[in-house]
Amino acid sequence: MIYWANGVYKISVGNTTIIKFFPKGFYEALNVPYHLAKGMSFHFAFAWLFVINGILYIAYTVFSGEWRYLLPNKNSFKEAWQVFLHDLHIKKYQPPQQKYNAAQRIAYTAIIFMGIGSVLSGLAIYKPVQFNWALFLCGGYASARVIHFILTIGYVLFFLVHIFQVIKTGWNNFQAMISGLEVIKPAKEIPANEQQ
Amino acid sequence: MNSNDFFSKRTMEVSNTSYKKRMIAAFVIFALCIIAGIAAWKWLLHQPTQQQALKPLRKTLEANERILQSTFDSSKKSRVYNEKDAAKKVRVNGLIGMEKMVDTSTWRLQVIRKPGDTLKISLAEIEALPKVHVIFDFKCIEGWNQVTHWAGVPLKTFMEYYHLNAQEEMKYIGLQTINKKYYVGIDMPSALQSQTILCYEMNNKPLPANQGYPLRLIIPVKYGIKHLKQIGTLYFSNEKPPDYWAERGYDYYAGL
Repeated sequence: MIYWANGVYKISVGNTTIIKFFPKGFYEALNVPYHLAKGMSFHFAFAWLFVINGILYIAYTVFSGEWRYLLPNKNSFKEAWQVFLHDLHIKKYQPPQQKYNAAQRIAYTAIIFMGIGSVLSGLAIYKPVQFNWALFLCGGYASARVIHFILTIGYVLFFLVHIFQVIKTGWNNFQAMISGLEVIKPAKEIPANEQQ
Repeated sequence: MNSNDFFSKRTMEVSNTSYKKRMIAAFVIFALCIIAGIAAWKWLLHQPTQQQALKPLRKTLEANERILQSTFDSSKKSRVYNEKDAAKKVRVNGLIGMEKMVDTSTWRLQVIRKPGDTLKISLAEIEALPKVHVIFDFKCIEGWNQVTHWAGVPLKTFMEYYHLNAQEEMKYIGLQTINKKYYVGIDMPSALQSQTILCYEMNNKPLPANQGYPLRLIIPVKYGIKHLKQIGTLYFSNEKPPDYWAERGYDYYAGL
């Protein structure tokens, strides 16, 4: 964040700037100017947290068997579209699901690859000579930076959509997220056509 | 375990009290995790600084440096470009410690072999040594990069020519500008990498004043902050030499 808050990030045609991603007020609100060194010191410490957290998460899903809920299957892409239409209240139909719906399966699997992409593009930018293999995989220094930037924007969007969905879905789901327990009430109390 | 077993084992009947207990436990753990996270963040921000970086972060930078130093491979080269790719208008960044004019009839590169034993070398003597061109993507720690064209004598060749073998065995090399107001320290393996040059030419012409005339360092395995201009003094040490930007919160290693 402290890095990107830079006037370089803008969309311009010729000499006319159309959008400045980081206008002056943005810097002042967050108190970020002239803190590059500080930003870098945080970045290269928290990068470890990112990597370690990612490894632990993947290891957990693999060894617990939870990956079965998370990996998309052959129907997921079709169903994800139906979920998307349902969530936008365009269609009433919601495809049957297990713990996670098809859109979630795709999103939660994609985020793993995004994380791997961030680590690789990060290494490529961090040490382009020593980690020249990562630089090669990313297609050069400039494209590694673009990949790293886009993926990070992707996390922000992922985060926003996720928070929004949790709020929208309600308390029962939030409770299930925290505890890992989803309550299924005995079927006779709820008529089948009202079950989600 | 096939996948049907896996999913069926995940459903069980529980009593209301057991369910409530588990929920409360889960929420207590959730709250504790949030509190621990906030506490750790506050703790970090209230740590003392070491060379203007928060101490735990400085320690992490140093740990990263140890890993990178121990895995450093000097056979890996910064990518070499063609002369036509090099910028004609070369970016100037950083004039700290630079004099306006340097008179090369009196300027001498001072090489401190050991305290009290200084070698003084003229520009003509350096220019007489084997010349190497380095065309590479110069990278600034601020984020910009530019393909630029430099020439000079490889530092390794220079050190061999002046019989600085004992000094090559030391861990670090220190450089200072003529007025000593800008200074850097570099680990010896990076300094001796074959693309590191004592540079006196840019785009086939003598260095312009703002690019460090008469002599500057070009070290493609480091960020621009280490490419010291207007070299006055070279010295050797087993301790980390003082480094201008490392004292101001940056990573000491600054390697690429």
